[in-house]
Amino acid sequence: MNRYPLWKNILIGIVMLWGLIYTLPNFYGEVPAVQVSSGKATLKIDAAATTRRLEESLSTAGIQHDGLFADLTSVRARFRDTDTQLKAKDAIEKAFNPDATDPSYVVALNLLSASPQWLTNIGALPMYLGLDLRGGVHFLLQVDMKGAVTKRLDATTGDLRTLMRDKNVRHAGISREGQSVVIRFRDVESQARGRAVISTSSNDLQLVEGQDGADFKITATLTPMAQKTIQEFAIKQNITTLHNRINELGVAEPVIQQQGLDRIVVQLPGVQDVAKAKDILGRTATLEIRMVDETPGALEAAMTGAIPAGTELYNERGGRPLLVKKQVVLTGERLTDAQPGFDGQTQEAAVHLTLDAAGARIFKDVTRENINKRMAILLIEKGKGEVVTAPVIRGEIGGGRVQISGRMSSEEATDTALLLRAGSLAAPMEIIEERTIGPSLGAENISKGFHSTLWGFVAIGVFMCLYYMLFGLVSVIALASNLLLLVALLSLLQATLTLPGIAAIALTLGMAIDANVLINERIREELRNGSSPQAAIATGYDRAFDTILDSNVTTLIAGVALLVFGSGPVRGFAVVHCLGILTSMFSAILVSRGLVNLIYGRKRKLEKLAIGQIWKADAN
Amino acid sequence: MEFFRIRKDIPFMKHALVFNVISLVTFLLAVFFLATKGLHFSVEFTGGTLMEVSYTEAPQLEKIRDSLGKEGYQDAQVQNFGSARDVLIRLPNREGMETGKVSEKVMASLNALEGPKPEMRRVEFVGPQVGKELASDGAMALLLVIGGIVLYLAMRFEWRFAVSAIIANLHDVIIILGFFALFQWEFSLPVLAATLAVLGYSVNESVVVFDRVRETFKKKRGLTTPQVLDHAITSTISRTIITHGSTQIMVLSMLLFGGETLYYFSLALTIGICFGIYSSVLVASPLVMWLGVSREQFMQVKKEKQEIVV
Repeated sequence: MNRYPLWKNILIGIVMLWGLIYTLPNFYGEVPAVQVSSGKATLKIDAAATTRRLEESLSTAGIQHDGLFADLTSVRARFRDTDTQLKAKDAIEKAFNPDATDPSYVVALNLLSASPQWLTNIGALPMYLGLDLRGGVHFLLQVDMKGAVTKRLDATTGDLRTLMRDKNVRHAGISREGQSVVIRFRDVESQARGRAVISTSSNDLQLVEGQDGADFKITATLTPMAQKTIQEFAIKQNITTLHNRINELGVAEPVIQQQGLDRIVVQLPGVQDVAKAKDILGRTATLEIRMVDETPGALEAAMTGAIPAGTELYNERGGRPLLVKKQVVLTGERLTDAQPGFDGQTQEAAVHLTLDAAGARIFKDVTRENINKRMAILLIEKGKGEVVTAPVIRGEIGGGRVQISGRMSSEEATDTALLLRAGSLAAPMEIIEERTIGPSLGAENISKGFHSTLWGFVAIGVFMCLYYMLFGLVSVIALASNLLLLVALLSLLQATLTLPGIAAIALTLGMAIDANVLINERIREELRNGSSPQAAIATGYDRAFDTILDSNVTTLIAGVALLVFGSGPVRGFAVVHCLGILTSMFSAILVSRGLVNLIYGRKRKLEKLAIGQIWKADAN
Repeated sequence: MEFFRIRKDIPFMKHALVFNVISLVTFLLAVFFLATKGLHFSVEFTGGTLMEVSYTEAPQLEKIRDSLGKEGYQDAQVQNFGSARDVLIRLPNREGMETGKVSEKVMASLNALEGPKPEMRRVEFVGPQVGKELASDGAMALLLVIGGIVLYLAMRFEWRFAVSAIIANLHDVIIILGFFALFQWEFSLPVLAATLAVLGYSVNESVVVFDRVRETFKKKRGLTTPQVLDHAITSTISRTIITHGSTQIMVLSMLLFGGETLYYFSLALTIGICFGIYSSVLVASPLVMWLGVSREQFMQVKKEKQEIVV
């Protein structure tokens, strides 16, 4: 009577097997590795070529590796021990970055899972450890959205001034006052014309007319829609810029994520030099537009070492040398946007730049005077410049909308646009939270968490076996399968495991045993009331089910509340807690019942259950 | 092995008044300590900088204090943490201070001291705006838990059960907080998590008892309400003690092996578990009785349900 249908047994078997496979990678530990990724925004990693180059550089240095792995952004090589890893790092560093002062690749020490390839292929990875377990720095950055809006309004002020002049509307001054732009007029007619002109040129502005003493004025504020767009753009651009900057730190697996509307989380595992990290996060890179010196013979002279005065020698992206004048035409501050797109006529890939009013005026003058000459757009980082692109000026460009096209794939256009935007932060940022965990503390936290769980589990196991005998053993096996499934689920989801997360594992196990205690007590009670062993098992499990469900739902409510409102350590706790409640429902009810069924289900004449002593009041 | 050999139902409800008075007194004491002493909030809530440094041999705290004082951090708290070789430094946020740079300055001044050199173990800096959010998020989480549980229990059982369960268990939460206020233990985010987990867990306990109450009402006729409650508590007491004992074993293991970080977390859980047993058995049940639970309510519920099904 106590038998599960075959499909149910198979289902339990499959789930357990799945749990086992996905838990496996956690047992293999990690091996030292070296990771090569791009150190410059202008450089893209080509997996096949980089792998080949890595292989060559290692074989020239006579270093054996244990396998190379390539993904979209990096190539990694595994090594037998840390000595080889360090030697290999030096060798790779030399091969990939011949000029140590200007590295194009990030060569970083890393740890890779030592699990076999087939596990990695099916997506079975070890649990993702949080910073408190592996050591590193965590920053929470607050993006100053007000700053982003102010910056935009400053640009708008200039735009409006140009607009009024172009349309011959006489005004008595345009200025930004707080979060709005105020335009003053001498008379009502100009005010009306001004309003008409502004509203046809832009729909991002809300206009309110008013009077200020003898002056007539229009107060322009950004529409909520426009403000939202600016803010979304600002945070995206800041994240892009942070990515580029963090590349320099040589961090193997940085995390840069948006949190909420106006915050960015930056996590740098393994980084101990907080000062340098902060320095790099806060730095401003700049974009400069300069003219190319095309005097015949000047470039050749520069190549031999005689660089003409007032110029500098740079390499283009393709590697060709380029002589650029030192005088700066425009800086990145004048650039308000850069987007990839297509040429309206030729359908070629193109990059569309938008300049602010002042920038547009300068650009118009410069292009008029330099038709058929080349200009260079440089990204200046760490005091070093790099030519992003050097287009030829085809004609006078007015209005601040610039298009760069020709000999560009759409992918290149996207990259260039990204680079042009990467020059500066769209809005200022401030560090509002910082957490640094030393590497020794991280390792200690792992061992502490592990030991608490282990000894707690052992103690519960011993007690259960003594108190409930065979049923106790079944409960312990169910509890172990709960642990297995929980770890498998955490590995599969790659949820970040933190110390509070480990505490949640321990606590969940401590709470999960409740279900089995309920069941075992119920079975004892049924036996005490005179039920036959088989009937006692059946009613015991059935009756206990309602209670288990109710109590788990209430616990889950608390878990979900923590998940919704928790941040940082609380969230780490809540994720594991909620998952643990779900896995415990499965293991405590299905797994333990399945085991009991396998043990007792087939015995027709069952006299006694090994569930420990049954004491009856009336027997005494 | 069997611990509980109970012949007759234990007359818990006879002493219901005594239990309720005891809880009321502990509750009022907890509120008193919370009001007079207040919680010792961790840096996560108050904002500020917290640094943990470790030395190869025990440093003199006085010297560290002096050197920090010279740097302008007169309000720095310097104390040992775990062992004499580990030092914890707390610095509050101040207006006009470049908060992000504090940890570097402190490390520099510690390095400049004579004697053993410190190793940086952990730095936590929390800006003033984050702390406020955490407090309000914590309160929201608490409200959500209370609302959710009341709703669920009212649906599954009856409003009387829901109300008494939540009152009994909120009283646990207040008592945990009272302990933290009385001993001035540090109230950090993990402790908040533990407190809310306890809330869910002890409601669990009340649910088990209430489940039995419902069953007894339906099965056994002719028992008075106190008798039903006594029977329900007596027949689940063994499970209550064993379950909580097992959970406590786990928590104890964390308390012993978990180190400083998990210490207060497991302490909160320990208090929560102990008072959880007490309150859900000896507070929630009398409350249900005072609120006037009776057999008819369950019979009615059953009928109503049938009607709905039809």
